[in-house]
Amino acid sequence: MNIHIPTPLRTYTGGAETVAVPGGTVAEVFTELTSQFPELKQQLFTTEGKLRSFVNVYLNDEDLRYLPSKEATTVATTDELTIIPSIAGGACSSREAVCCSCCPLL
Amino acid sequence: MLHIHYTDYEALRAHGEETYPHECCGVLLGKSTSEGNHVHQIVRAGNTRTDSAHNRYNIAPQELVKIQRQARGLGLDIVGFYHSHPDHPAQWSPTDFAEAHWIGCSYVITAIGKGKAAITNSFLLTGTGEEDKKFEDQAVEIEVAEQISQQKGQA
Repeated sequence: MNIHIPTPLRTYTGGAETVAVPGGTVAEVFTELTSQFPELKQQLFTTEGKLRSFVNVYLNDEDLRYLPSKEATTVATTDELTIIPSIAGGACSSREAVCCSCCPLL
Repeated sequence: MLHIHYTDYEALRAHGEETYPHECCGVLLGKSTSEGNHVHQIVRAGNTRTDSAHNRYNIAPQELVKIQRQARGLGLDIVGFYHSHPDHPAQWSPTDFAEAHWIGCSYVITAIGKGKAAITNSFLLTGTGEEDKKFEDQAVEIEVAEQISQQKGQA
């Protein structure tokens, strides 16, 4: 199946945007992916082997976290897996003890 | 350096004015070269942080998947993101840093003061991972038709 790699992780796939990887389940596909590209492992997984909290994985249009079988979900060669780190943020809030260096200017 | 056409630059600033007093957010599509990130198109995104939209933003991952798919269809990549800081300086916050994971991408922030776009800054996320990532000030080159003007930290 094809795995789509986000821009920041292409450093570890030789610049490839899409990588074809064999496997019968999502877990097997990830094992094969990190076997082919070992440096991806620490980018995607914690030392405990869990997907990092900011790494989203979509099987076609479904969030892996919400699939009943999660990583054990079976996949077909025509399926697509998309790895997409989260994007969020925002200005400082009054609850933050340390804000940006510019805040005394406010 | 971040290279962006004037119309895209003005569009992302206008987005921040439209959503004021809430934060806007969007994605920069383009190409990354040795000379920096070149923006070819901006894509507006929805801010899912409706609980605290005045000082937080989040782009739904499913929307990001669609935008990445759109980029692929255009032969482009995601090279950055933008958001606004309503009544707050155009500097990255601890939250911006903690939630930044796209190394090599540009994070563009526009300060919106009382509804009007003020300063727009760009920050490049550098490093190799979560352990050593950092934001670096990034110069912005605004392309105006055939005339190119360089600016940094000035609206």
